[in-house]
Amino acid sequence: MSDAGSADRFEHGEFENKNDRDDKSGKDDKDERLEGYGGVPGGPANGSGQDFDRPPRIPMPRASVEDGGRPLPALEALGDPAPPPAPPALEHHVLKSLLGAWALAACSSDEAVAVEEHLGDCGSCADEALRLREAVGLLHPPESLDLDPALRTRVLDGCLDRRPPRIPMPQWAAPYDAETARLDALLQDIGDAEWHAPVRLRWFEAEGPTSRRTTVAGVIAHLLTVDGLVAVALGLDDPLGGAAAEGPTPQARTEAYWRTSHFPPTRAVRAPWREQTHDLVRTVSFTSSSSGSARLAVSYGAFELPLHDAMLDRAFECWVHAEDIAEAVDYPYGPPSPRHLHRMIDLAARVLPDVLAARRQAGLASPPHHRHLVPAGEPGRSLRLEIEGLGGGEWLIPLDSPAARGSAEHEVAHVALDGVEFCRLAAGHVPPAEAAAGQGGDREAIRDVLFAAASLSRM
Amino acid sequence: MAKKDTPPRWDRKMQQRLARGEAAALGELYDRFASLVHGLAHRVLGDERAADGITRDVFVHVWEHPEAYDPKQGPLRSWVATLTHRLAVQRLRATETAALAQGSGGSTEDLERKVHRASVAARADYIVQAMPAPLRAALELAYFQRRDYRQTAVDLGVTEDEARRRLRLGLQLLSTAHDAGTPGAPPGYGGAA
Repeated sequence: MSDAGSADRFEHGEFENKNDRDDKSGKDDKDERLEGYGGVPGGPANGSGQDFDRPPRIPMPRASVEDGGRPLPALEALGDPAPPPAPPALEHHVLKSLLGAWALAACSSDEAVAVEEHLGDCGSCADEALRLREAVGLLHPPESLDLDPALRTRVLDGCLDRRPPRIPMPQWAAPYDAETARLDALLQDIGDAEWHAPVRLRWFEAEGPTSRRTTVAGVIAHLLTVDGLVAVALGLDDPLGGAAAEGPTPQARTEAYWRTSHFPPTRAVRAPWREQTHDLVRTVSFTSSSSGSARLAVSYGAFELPLHDAMLDRAFECWVHAEDIAEAVDYPYGPPSPRHLHRMIDLAARVLPDVLAARRQAGLASPPHHRHLVPAGEPGRSLRLEIEGLGGGEWLIPLDSPAARGSAEHEVAHVALDGVEFCRLAAGHVPPAEAAAGQGGDREAIRDVLFAAASLSRM
Repeated sequence: MAKKDTPPRWDRKMQQRLARGEAAALGELYDRFASLVHGLAHRVLGDERAADGITRDVFVHVWEHPEAYDPKQGPLRSWVATLTHRLAVQRLRATETAALAQGSGGSTEDLERKVHRASVAARADYIVQAMPAPLRAALELAYFQRRDYRQTAVDLGVTEDEARRRLRLGLQLLSTAHDAGTPGAPPGYGGAA
């Protein structure tokens, strides 16, 4: 342990003090200089009384020079100890205050010449000038802040191997933790103006693609309010506060947030968003160890998801919108880690049968093949979803009933798709008809599944 | 970043949460300090992978020994910076010594000079990051954007006097990076680990 004193050296308080000290010394210089003029009749410093400590260099006149209408005394007459032959245009305290600008070559050439002449005469300024010039050599462009997101995982895993956590983070919260960290790193790097860059949120509704214009800050506000659904389910504060949304749906909440803020969102929204993401991860770590939380559900208005799936859904949304932002500010942004991507795809594959059934009910998908329902748990007509690339895998999607079991024997169609492409489809960013898919088998089944995947998307 | 208004309360709570073994706290610690740690390590070592290694070592150390930090001794940020500096300089000295032993040429004095230079450069980075934002902004404009102090004053919406003051004060702070303490000790970020 070294001393505590030095620990405080880089505290801002200390900086301010130094600042004050510096100001004082600057003022002292000035006062010293002014003392030379202290005897000037009617001079501004006469009220302080300190000038009377010194014997006046010239007899105090009875009236101020202005009152007397006489000419101002020459410098020599004031007894200036060493009057320079050609008095400098700038005084010592001004020259001293210029030292920083001079060292940075950020003053006019006249000023630079005056400073350099002064340095020949003034030891203290010369010392400081040297020191400040050397300091300029220490200015470097900041090291890049772009840390490899994989480093975060490696470092944290390394720590947790060495000392297993007593309160671990649930596996299903890891994608959310990682994706929010990635987005935050992107936000850290963008400038004030970029927060107002236009972003078009795109998603797919029953009939087709739709979109909504906002800004980068507006997207973060959107994430904040929709993540708030999980916060509310966990008993944390609702970021929407008292604002009345027309419903507990992601879109209604977002519109309510945008509507009730008096100003368009700015980068100020980053802090509450980030704080909530940290709070969510922290809270689910505690609740996941307690019984009962397994059954905790998060309501999205029209449907609900178990807590662990909701966290996965929020991780997915975070990535999707991070890509929207990255595109708007022209910033490279990669997909999630394969492990996390796999979980996200798995969530989509698991909810597809329900979405398919809902669309069928709404007349948006073809009716089931068999007149009779497939009994729950029994194998049913299935589509094999083959996701290629890192994080991929194979899923058998039962087509006729969410209760049916996907079955290889009853496979009627096969779709092959890259993992990231599938996620873009599920995010409503790729129209189902254009999803670059290798396909075979029942064309209607394929169409229904691709449209169902696209309709997973929402604002 | 919110780093400059970090309340000491955050530091204390973070330490308690780490001591309790909360994995989520470790993630938050990383999110707050990783770029500081990696940046300093990279400045000392000049190598991406070596900086990654120091980053891992620093967080492992804090995670395994959260009690080593004493909130009364100063902010967690400067403690983490000191730890980073110490580990990075140790690593630099070790690699350079090994290279010297293998007859890479150069002398012990060269080695010491190199270590000293790297050490001062890292400390200067920290000072720039930790200095009050108005001073940093003034230096940024005058040095990186090549604005003179009058333009800097206009850009910052302050008087020319104030612009000169900020530039001078900023450089004065920066120049303390040269004030290494006793040889061997990491020049002060604050209480060492």
